Amino acid sequence: MTIHKAPTGPGHKASPAARPAIAASGLRKSFGDHLVLDGIDLDVAEGTIFALLGPNGSGKTTTVRILSTLITADAGAVKVAGHDLAAEPGKVRAAIGVTGQFSAVDGYLTGEENLLLMADLHHLSRAQGKRRAAELLDQFDLAEAGKKIALTYSGGMRRRLDLAMTLVGNPRLIFLDEPTAGLDPRSRRTMWEIIAGLAASGVTIFLTTQYLEEADQLADQIAVLDHGQLVAQGTADELKRLIAGGHVLLRFGAESALDQAAALFGSAAARDDEALTLQIPSDGGVRSLKELLDLLDSRAIAVETLTVHTPDLDDVFLAITGHDRETDQDQVSAQSLESSEL
Amino acid sequence: MSTLTYAVRDSATMFRRDLKHAQRFPMLTVSSLLLPILLLLLFEGVFGRALRIGLGSAAGSASYIDFLTPGILVMTAGFSAETTAIAVCNDMTEGIIARFRTMAISRASVLTGQVIGSTTRTLISGILVVGVAMLIGFRSTAGPTEWVAAAGVFIMLTIALTWLTVAFGLLAKTPAGANSLALIPAFLPFISSAFIPSGSIASGGTRWFAANEPFTPIINTLRGLLTGTPIGHAGLWAVGWCVALTAIGYLWARSLYSRTRPA
Repeated sequence: MTIHKAPTGPGHKASPAARPAIAASGLRKSFGDHLVLDGIDLDVAEGTIFALLGPNGSGKTTTVRILSTLITADAGAVKVAGHDLAAEPGKVRAAIGVTGQFSAVDGYLTGEENLLLMADLHHLSRAQGKRRAAELLDQFDLAEAGKKIALTYSGGMRRRLDLAMTLVGNPRLIFLDEPTAGLDPRSRRTMWEIIAGLAASGVTIFLTTQYLEEADQLADQIAVLDHGQLVAQGTADELKRLIAGGHVLLRFGAESALDQAAALFGSAAARDDEALTLQIPSDGGVRSLKELLDLLDSRAIAVETLTVHTPDLDDVFLAITGHDRETDQDQVSAQSLESSEL
Repeated sequence: MSTLTYAVRDSATMFRRDLKHAQRFPMLTVSSLLLPILLLLLFEGVFGRALRIGLGSAAGSASYIDFLTPGILVMTAGFSAETTAIAVCNDMTEGIIARFRTMAISRASVLTGQVIGSTTRTLISGILVVGVAMLIGFRSTAGPTEWVAAAGVFIMLTIALTWLTVAFGLLAKTPAGANSLALIPAFLPFISSAFIPSGSIASGGTRWFAANEPFTPIINTLRGLLTGTPIGHAGLWAVGWCVALTAIGYLWARSLYSRTRPA
């Protein structure tokens, strides 16, 4: 069910001759008996946003940790920014910037000092460092907070500072591991704008997310990771095309009504006895909705509510993996394992 | 610039970071300094007279404070090292270390900066402890050469203990665990020649331990340099222990820092 197609999304600025920012094949990693990555291939074009999408415990963070030189893979050939990951980790490190899932700011330093620390480690001169820090504080709306120690920052501010620190050395390739996890909707919007802005300036971005909407909004290419395997890859539109259409969700007040309706629509409909709902495939158009309601009316089946659902990546995920995103017990235990690795 | 220049520069950057931490949250530094000063006042003021009478001429010097001060100095290094373990462990639990690992910086620089910072703080603590000791009656027979030599021994001891406790900090999963591990070097001087000559310890096993543990020759060397008591082979043993502990601590810390987690 994997889609392999040349990248054609509107966000692509990479010329055909551009070397890939990341080229990985057969990437494998186990922790003890637990197989976390089961041979994945990645191809990220320069100047694009690539989203690795998957539920908790699917191996996203492990992938980022391998690609950013934090841990080594058990098998697989990887080139990051043109350098072999195993042979030249130092050169890879010089080319990348990483914002991990957990805040990587120094809480005891002020925002400005954190940025100056990064400037020093990138061996900028004092004047260059000061200028870059001021620039980034401004760009990330932290100018006022710059003199306060980072421990006092809100989650959104910390995340912005974190990303600003990643950018001090002007990396050409940035890894963002769940950049908006735990942020409120407004901060998430801000982060999206920042990420889109970075991509517009030519930076390649490799991000992981479990928010399908996020991948849809930002990414040129999306790869769906599940239980350590890539189960699908393509643009958001290509992935959406995997789903024939949307559906209509009917909720009933009584089980008898649900029974009647289920009998009427047959096997095409998916029923949920607990929620008293029936999910019927539909394109969501006015005509088909009217037909549907007329049919229900003619049989005198009482419907409490009706929701029209146009296809989104949630449906894609469900269609590809055959399970919901966050209900799998395996994944919960795999997640706790993955987070304990950190 | 060469790799070495970068390593030095990165270590200096990390040292500045460590200094800022100490400056912003001085409590750890202050508490590690208060403890040896309290011990100094306790042993001199409370137990001093009884110990001096009990020891008689075994102490080898007229005043107990003269006997005590070198031992307290060594304990100062021990207590400072304890705070290093906590600081390193705290650091490791923060994401900032993971960030450093993904950057093209010398890997040892993070630890080296920490060790230089800790050593600087310990040296300041040592000077303050000697100052307080002088206020309550410590009189040194040392000339400039002896003072420099004593400072050298103290710095070597501090570097050894700091590398060792950096490893403890990397090994422990929580700051509380790091603290317990680091109590070992902080409390080993109690069973040494710090408070009474090791030869005057009653129990055979304890006496053997006190005579042969690393702190005893180091204390005896400092005592010899500062108060003119005979040093003998203690000087060589002191330097040997410091070099050996530094090597063990350094190699251990480096390998712990470089390991990819989980092991």
